[in-house]
Amino acid sequence: MAGIPHDHYEPRTGGEKWLNRRLPILGLAYDTLMLPTPKNLNWMWIWGIVLTLTLVMQIATGVILAMHYVADTDVAFSRIEHIMRNVNGGDMIRYVHMNGASLFFFAVYLHIFRSLYYGSYKAPREVTWIIGILMFVLMMGTAFMGYVLPWGQMSFHGTAVITGLFGAIPFVGEAVQTWLLGAGAVGEPALNRFFALHYMLPFILLGMTLVHIWAFHTTGNNNPTGVEVRRTSKQDADKDTLPFWPYFVIKDFLALVVIFIGFFAVVAFMPNYLGHPDNYIPANPLVTPAHIVPEWYFLPFYAILRAFTADVWVVMLVDWVTFGIVDAKFFGVIAMFGAIAVMALAPWLDTSSIRSGRYRPMFKWWFALLVVDFIVLMWVGARPAEGIYPYISLIGAAYWFGYFLLVLPILGVIEKPLTPPATIEEDFAAHYSPKTGGTTTVVNPAE
Amino acid sequence: MIKTLTLTAAVALGLGGAAMAEPEREIEDFDFSFEGIFGSYDTLQLQRGLKIYTEICSGCHGLEYVAFRTLASENGPALPEEQMREYAARIEVFDPDLFDGEGDFRPATPADTYPGSLVANAPDLSVMAKARAGFEGPYGTGLNQLWYGMGGPEYIASLISGYEEAPACAPEDFPGYYNTAFAAGGYPQSCIDEDGEYLVVGSWIAMAPPLYDEAVEFDDESENDVEAMSADVAAFLMWAAEPGLNTRKTAGLQGVIFLSVLAVLLYLTNKRLWARHKHTKE
Amino acid sequence: MSTTDDHHSEPTRRDFIYYATAGAGAVVAGAAVWPLVNSMNPSKDVLALASIRVDVSGVAQGTQLTVLWQGKPVFFRYRTAEEIEAAVAVDVSDLTDPIAQNANLTGEEPAIDANRTLPAPEGSDAPEGAWLVQIGICTHLGCVPLGEAGDFGGWFCPCHGSHYDTAGRIRKGPAPRNLEIPIASFVDATTIQLG
Repeated sequence: MAGIPHDHYEPRTGGEKWLNRRLPILGLAYDTLMLPTPKNLNWMWIWGIVLTLTLVMQIATGVILAMHYVADTDVAFSRIEHIMRNVNGGDMIRYVHMNGASLFFFAVYLHIFRSLYYGSYKAPREVTWIIGILMFVLMMGTAFMGYVLPWGQMSFHGTAVITGLFGAIPFVGEAVQTWLLGAGAVGEPALNRFFALHYMLPFILLGMTLVHIWAFHTTGNNNPTGVEVRRTSKQDADKDTLPFWPYFVIKDFLALVVIFIGFFAVVAFMPNYLGHPDNYIPANPLVTPAHIVPEWYFLPFYAILRAFTADVWVVMLVDWVTFGIVDAKFFGVIAMFGAIAVMALAPWLDTSSIRSGRYRPMFKWWFALLVVDFIVLMWVGARPAEGIYPYISLIGAAYWFGYFLLVLPILGVIEKPLTPPATIEEDFAAHYSPKTGGTTTVVNPAE
Repeated sequence: MIKTLTLTAAVALGLGGAAMAEPEREIEDFDFSFEGIFGSYDTLQLQRGLKIYTEICSGCHGLEYVAFRTLASENGPALPEEQMREYAARIEVFDPDLFDGEGDFRPATPADTYPGSLVANAPDLSVMAKARAGFEGPYGTGLNQLWYGMGGPEYIASLISGYEEAPACAPEDFPGYYNTAFAAGGYPQSCIDEDGEYLVVGSWIAMAPPLYDEAVEFDDESENDVEAMSADVAAFLMWAAEPGLNTRKTAGLQGVIFLSVLAVLLYLTNKRLWARHKHTKE
Repeated sequence: MSTTDDHHSEPTRRDFIYYATAGAGAVVAGAAVWPLVNSMNPSKDVLALASIRVDVSGVAQGTQLTVLWQGKPVFFRYRTAEEIEAAVAVDVSDLTDPIAQNANLTGEEPAIDANRTLPAPEGSDAPEGAWLVQIGICTHLGCVPLGEAGDFGGWFCPCHGSHYDTAGRIRKGPAPRNLEIPIASFVDATTIQLG
């Protein structure tokens, strides 16, 4: 696994031998579970497990909700109320599912920023990164469609706005939008098909999770130093790694439980905080809410979408160069999807020979600014598009693109990095040397 | 490119503040028994709120998702079973199965829900307490809602008790009723100055003041001034919107406590597991 | 103190933390799964309709009220003196199905008329045994029998010719059992509670 020398699975009992000859699933499970994992992984490496378990939780609660929900515009809102009031534990299950989406995105953003900081997207992990970006896009689609289902004011009008984006595509836009909605406007056909797709996509996500894991099991995990595990001999590999089970399974569970304390507290004590009250108003096509705001996790991208108005010079330039084909509306759409595309290109844009941001002093500042930028974009995405806010959106959007298209390529060339440790063993020992304390010393080394 | 952005920023900062999109509103932070981690409904308050809804609000506003049987629930108004039945029987509901499929009205049973709103522009109140936010900001940071809660019931209570004499700038015959807690209503031009700033808080709501002092009398002689009754009906509407609040918060407390115990156990397990590797071998 | 590998032949105090954690984890997992399973049990609105009250004050003697309950027709018949007499006169050993099929009784009571009828409420001037409440589904293959029809003065199922008498007991035809009597009782002089 991952090219790291390790003990292989040997079926012991008669039963194991019988099964393994017919389907090597026990071997696969063993190799996956006992994967030699860099022993210096820190707490930013737990988000993958949080994401996987959140996906499972969303599927479990979602299937239950689907047993009681009806995707018909006349009754959808009342079926949600039925779930909240009549179904045993329905209110909790609904709130878990609703806030679970927020947990999902909270975890994915931390997961992505971890990868950006430690250079996990760099060779040879580009495919893992691309799969991850695709999973992120799928997540966004799933979340968007799920939000339509309660058929509240935000469900309806938010859908109208986002499907309207497809109408911005030159030439084919209107046809694509009509095809998506199955009608000229958001209504019964849209609700029905979004329910079907919302139910289905998470299973594709589940499959992609397995491929994602396969990919980074092939290359081996990254770690905070960016230095690869030694593959010269089993002894060396053992000095750099520990088997996934039990060390990282237990560590991950600990992190998971702590996170779930927070999550459950939100579900139980402030379940509607992250939502929008307007979605408790039944959808009315004739009345648009005063401020249409997507859910918080979409806000940075929404800010980028809205930043490029017709009076921005680069928009005007592009409009003129393309003879009006790429107008302001379409430019915004391209910018929004472009913000994700540009992230996907990071492996090829980053010219640094040093993988981890830990040893890149200049990079750290630019990265910190990226995080701040993301938060600022998130905040400004909910503000009305007037006054100073459009300018903040534009600066924020510009930095996002600038980071990937300018900072990453240039920094790798001009930066003077620090020297990473020679081995993971060295890094681990430096963090946990006997001088830092502890009451236990080991007589026998690890078996 | 960077130069142009700096220019744009300078121009932006030079512009004045945006004209207000909506008037301001005054929302009082009423203290409700169901707020906070240990919050729960006050049964007697819910009963008073039910009485106010029944005698006053139900004239126009429906409660179509609330079933009569829930009025007897322990975590709600906790009416005795027979009293709940009698209450329901006094209300007529439309049954489409009667009269050979044409439908007719009949007395309600516990399994029925309240009827919908009788007046076209009187919204149904079943989830009103969750459909409005009383608090916002500051400046879009969401901190006020984190600290004070979403403010739905506070908004309702403030609105019911927020009717005041119309300010001098308004014309005599301006439609609606001046209310300091309502921001989405009519607003006379005469109360907007030349910069587009709103001169007074609130706006003019279409609903006439529904409550006046002592409009409803309570058998136990509880306070029945407008302020107290506003809080009572707001609490009732919060229960109507969120009947499961008591059990949800109890489950939350139990869950958080148990997860904390598990976290401690996992922490010790993890520590034990890693001990031999974190402190180097001799 | 030194630690050694965990290869103990039997669990020791040192392993306690592992068992405690695993146990606590199992409890949390169970607490998470149970609500999902329980959500599939009947919801509160379904349970609310499991029991309904029927006003029978408008039912004249010798007539029947049919009410739909949990998707099934329920016959409320206010029997005449002749119907009661005819039912009482029948010998149980002549019946195809000698069991009362009454959910209000425990065990397998004989299908005498008294075991088929609803006890009269207090303050009612209805004669004893006048009220017969039964599920109007033929015990053969599920059709709804017609009232005041058939050779025995009771009900007749037109699908395959089952005849039921004035106490709803099967007398002739392919149906194997008497019409089922659901849980029912008078809650006041004019109201019967089903379920």
